[in-house]
Amino acid sequence: MSHWIILPIVLPAMLAPFIVLAARYHISIQRVFAVAGVLAQLAIAIGLAVATSDGTIILYQLGDWAAPFGIVLVGDRLSTIMVLLTAVLSLFVLIYAIATEWDSRGANFHALFQFQLMGIMGAFLTGDLFNLFVFFEVLLIASYGLMIHAGGNERMRAGVQYVLFNLLGSTLFLFALGSIYAETGTLNMADLAHRAALIGADATVGIRVAAVLLLLVFAIKAALVPLHFWLPSSYAEAPGPVAALFAIMTKVGAYAIIRVYTMIFPPNLEATSGSFDVWLQPAALLSLALGMVGVLAAKKLDRLVAFAVIGSMGMVLVSISMFTPTSIAAALYYILHSTLAGAALFLIVDLVKASRKSLALTAMPPVAGAALTAGLFFAAAIAMAGLPPLSGFIGKLLILDAAFGAGHQGLIWFVILASSLVAVVGFGRAGSTVFWKAKSVMLDADDPVYERPHVMAYAAVGGLIALSATLTVLGGYVYDYMIATSEQLFDPAPYISTVLETPGKLSTPTEGH
Amino acid sequence: MEFLVASAVGILTAAGLYLVMRLRTFPVILGMSLLTYAVNVFLFASGRLVIGAPPILTDAETYTDPLPQALVLTAIVISFGMTAVVVMIALGSYLGSDDDGVNDPAFEKDEDLS
Repeated sequence: MSHWIILPIVLPAMLAPFIVLAARYHISIQRVFAVAGVLAQLAIAIGLAVATSDGTIILYQLGDWAAPFGIVLVGDRLSTIMVLLTAVLSLFVLIYAIATEWDSRGANFHALFQFQLMGIMGAFLTGDLFNLFVFFEVLLIASYGLMIHAGGNERMRAGVQYVLFNLLGSTLFLFALGSIYAETGTLNMADLAHRAALIGADATVGIRVAAVLLLLVFAIKAALVPLHFWLPSSYAEAPGPVAALFAIMTKVGAYAIIRVYTMIFPPNLEATSGSFDVWLQPAALLSLALGMVGVLAAKKLDRLVAFAVIGSMGMVLVSISMFTPTSIAAALYYILHSTLAGAALFLIVDLVKASRKSLALTAMPPVAGAALTAGLFFAAAIAMAGLPPLSGFIGKLLILDAAFGAGHQGLIWFVILASSLVAVVGFGRAGSTVFWKAKSVMLDADDPVYERPHVMAYAAVGGLIALSATLTVLGGYVYDYMIATSEQLFDPAPYISTVLETPGKLSTPTEGH
Repeated sequence: MEFLVASAVGILTAAGLYLVMRLRTFPVILGMSLLTYAVNVFLFASGRLVIGAPPILTDAETYTDPLPQALVLTAIVISFGMTAVVVMIALGSYLGSDDDGVNDPAFEKDEDLS
């Protein structure tokens, strides 16, 4: 049993207390350790992704207890690619936070950042539903701290909303877990898959309630309309780099939906059929439409990007709700793309905020370093709106292609294409107001002079956009990998047998115990 | 017994939800606490209600499921910590802006377009 797979969780869990205890008053030492930790994390993530790329399923039994009695970590193609995405994103976000000195504007940024990574990595790697809940709480409690980093009244108020909404979500999660346990007597995902299929047709009430409750919980995390209300204020008011890191958190919800509904409640399970095309698909189409209308209607740049995130999550969930191997593959590609593009946009909003009186979409004097910031915004907006040549275009094309011949094809095509047009207009309007109309406003003598952001801040944003371009150039390879991933998801038998049939401590009882 | 536990969960949830719909942080936090109590009792009951049986397999006929008790313990610890966090953040927000509303401020106040 190789121990590499637990390192993405243990490494930040060790690093964070170390940073708090040993380097509390030395921001430069904190930075060194944080960057080293994230780089190590990235190396491990690459290693795990390579190890699972041939379809291997890595199983790690904590304390060597066999499933379903012990907790297991499982790495397959899907979880390792999400771990890799998190590691890549966190590296760029950390570079940005250090370059703009966001990390020194309040206490304990780096420790909370590491705890946040621990929670996200754990949520992607765990093979146990209650453990998923625990890692959700770890990532949430770290995110509460990060969300109100550097303080301020607006941010505190948004923080209260964010915490309360997520506490409600956690309560709902516990209700769902309780009903699942009452119905099946297990919380291990592989064991659940086995037992959910055994429930007789006349006794499905409980498991259906549990399946829908669980879908609701993940929909809250994924900011699906009408459960999205927590997202706009909290993402807009959070510090820029934190909002960029949060771009992966909505994807944790999407990941959980894919994982649970391919394995435990697969589409061919009669008891829970219908929850996708009847409930998820209309809600996803609505979030896509509402997100992009929000982009057009936003009066401030930060809200605009928050609504773009809601729209892109709608796009991901539209693709998931079709639930074919190609549509899941398209959704996974879009998850990679929208995480990078969303994070880049939040960082750009922060660049603009640092050199402008407010983020209101009105003409104001040019921001410091206007040409470069405007260029980056242009590229990120192209990626987010889904125009060629960046990865959003390929992602949308794949989703449209997956919708071809599926149910409600006309409606899906119409909503995706119309919302893209609205998004293009919205981003175009925002970009031209913020960056072009700036030339028409004279600089007052008493206006404060803003400093140009640090070059490494630009490098971090540019790196994210370059990755989006890489996703386009290597689109064929990435899509092939996603197809392989989704084939693995639609054939969960090897996963289940690996988890349940690997012997652990319990399988070899020794004499005298 | 079943009726007692079920109605306790129901009443706690109803009261919690009612309080969560208030607009000020204090009742909302109280409502959250009631909701977490409700979910703790619910989790406890998810392993079936058994009286006077040990939580381990023995030679006796019945036993009570130990796993929900472990789950409840985890849930209690987490919800306790989370409540402490939300109380602190809500206090910070109230002391900072002299307003304990949960909603966003009215639209005009929010749009600082200057």
